[in-house]
Amino acid sequence: MAKNKNRIRMDRSSRIYTFIIYALVTVTTLVVAYPLYFAIVASFSDPNAVAMGDTVFWFKGFTLEPYQAIIKEPILLSGYRNSLIYMVFGTAYNMMLTIPAAYVLSKKNLPGRKSIMWYFLITMYVGGGLIPTYLWYKQLGLVNNPLVMIVGQGVSAYNMIVARQFFMTSIPDSLYEAAEIDGASEIKSFFRIALPLAKPIIAVITLYYAFAKWNSYYAALVYLRPQKYWPLQLALRQILITNESAFADMSDISNTDADFMLRKMYMVRAMKYAVIMVASVPMLVFYPFVQKYFTKGVMIGSVKE
Amino acid sequence: MSTLSKRVRFKKAMSRHWQLYLLVFFPMLTVFLFHYIPLWGLQIAFRKYQSNKGIWGSQWVGLKYFIQFVNYPNFFQMMWNTLRVSLYSLLTFPFPVILAILLNDMKDNFFKRAAQMITYAPHFISTVVLCSMTLMFLNRESGAFNTILTLLGGKAQDWMARPYLFAPVYVITGLWQNLGWNSIIYLAAMSSLSPELLDAAHVDGANRFHILWYVYIPHLMPTIIVMLLLRMGQLVSVGFEKVFLLQNTLNLDYSTVISTYVYQIGMIKGQYSYSTAIGLFESLLNIILIVSLNTISRKVAETSLW
Repeated sequence: MAKNKNRIRMDRSSRIYTFIIYALVTVTTLVVAYPLYFAIVASFSDPNAVAMGDTVFWFKGFTLEPYQAIIKEPILLSGYRNSLIYMVFGTAYNMMLTIPAAYVLSKKNLPGRKSIMWYFLITMYVGGGLIPTYLWYKQLGLVNNPLVMIVGQGVSAYNMIVARQFFMTSIPDSLYEAAEIDGASEIKSFFRIALPLAKPIIAVITLYYAFAKWNSYYAALVYLRPQKYWPLQLALRQILITNESAFADMSDISNTDADFMLRKMYMVRAMKYAVIMVASVPMLVFYPFVQKYFTKGVMIGSVKE
Repeated sequence: MSTLSKRVRFKKAMSRHWQLYLLVFFPMLTVFLFHYIPLWGLQIAFRKYQSNKGIWGSQWVGLKYFIQFVNYPNFFQMMWNTLRVSLYSLLTFPFPVILAILLNDMKDNFFKRAAQMITYAPHFISTVVLCSMTLMFLNRESGAFNTILTLLGGKAQDWMARPYLFAPVYVITGLWQNLGWNSIIYLAAMSSLSPELLDAAHVDGANRFHILWYVYIPHLMPTIIVMLLLRMGQLVSVGFEKVFLLQNTLNLDYSTVISTYVYQIGMIKGQYSYSTAIGLFESLLNIILIVSLNTISRKVAETSLW
């Protein structure tokens, strides 16, 4: 009897706990999702309805007008193209350097391994900073040269450590030993044994680099002045934040009709929502499929040696 | 003798493993070329940079630019701006831990996976998009936040025009973007919790709240400490990208942090040496901070970064 009572009490506490968990997670998820949802709805709805607050829950006056309008913005298109090029080649460059480094540093008996490791690790803590880097890149002829978006340091210490962790834990030494007995050279066993088995981590690190390239604007802000070289993010900054784009000028001051002005202003805002959507499309499309790889990267990275 | 044997050992390792060294040579070369040479260029913080003489030929001036920075009238305001943003961010530290515990205790089902998918998503939005969404939502005329606030009976405001709201906006949007993502690492740590321990706790009559407090939290402690150390090591440095985008002429008194000032002085005003000195000053503070925190943590909590 006593035991039974105990169980009921425990059940009740568990039930309360479960209820709290689900309630909190639901609220959190909704709060996180709402701004994204609102942006989607606002980009497809009648701009005036958005301004009136009629689209808080659902689309109103569905329209594609903002999307049709933003296609006229030249830096958006060239930014898209540039970003794709920078992302593809930049990521390839980074991968060709990061994966071999990670592999070599996963060799526990390699003399000098620790020093080489520190050589990479230090880059996480100290660097030349803005100006010394800028001056050096200028000397190398990389300023105002789109190549600056592709080449560079090549190895992000963090990504390298994650990949190294994978090589150390997921590929048994016996495979390498067998290859050595068969007379395979070290480079051969890297290409023939390690790389094919490392597909999962290659996917993870590729995604890390690709997303970082796609999303950053800092390097372009510092090194690239000509608009034709701008990546998408810098074009977005111009359009969305500094408001120096063709369509921001639509709120033409020569027309003083207040109602007309207001409509124009709403339209510009709707176009901004549309720009946000267009810029985030790659993420929205790929994200559900690649989410698990990103998560995996964090998991591997969190295991201490 | 020892140098000789060292050399012999080096030669031996080279001849035996030269292929591995070859594989790591090019990565090391790019790091040298694009990271270590600029590091060496830091010396222009101690020289008066003249473009015709270059980094290596300009005249030495010692600590001139550091003294200039410390004596700059807005020095303390800027330091405080930087610290304010960091400290506010630190307040959000527990949220990912809590989310991880909640997610861990949910049954693995569609609901849980959907919650993860959605809360991780904002992490992948670019800083530019995040900041423009923020500015648009907080816009005085018809910004979504104001619209909703008005529907609820509140009063529309120009949020970004209020300097003291800069840090809260920075931190809350940061929480929105990284809450889910930062929870992954704790979720990973939770997965190593042994089921036997939980069973034992059940047998001892612990309820869910006891388990939360006496099992989960201690289990997560090492991870929490490491993450906290990493966070604290960044206390005097606030990243450039987001602050720069959220800055406007009205909030500059609160939004000028060291990294944006380095940019302003270096790239806009072209005072290369002074800008480098400010950046170096910041890095030194960070290094001192992280080394001392790491030492304290190793002694007190027996957990450390290295």
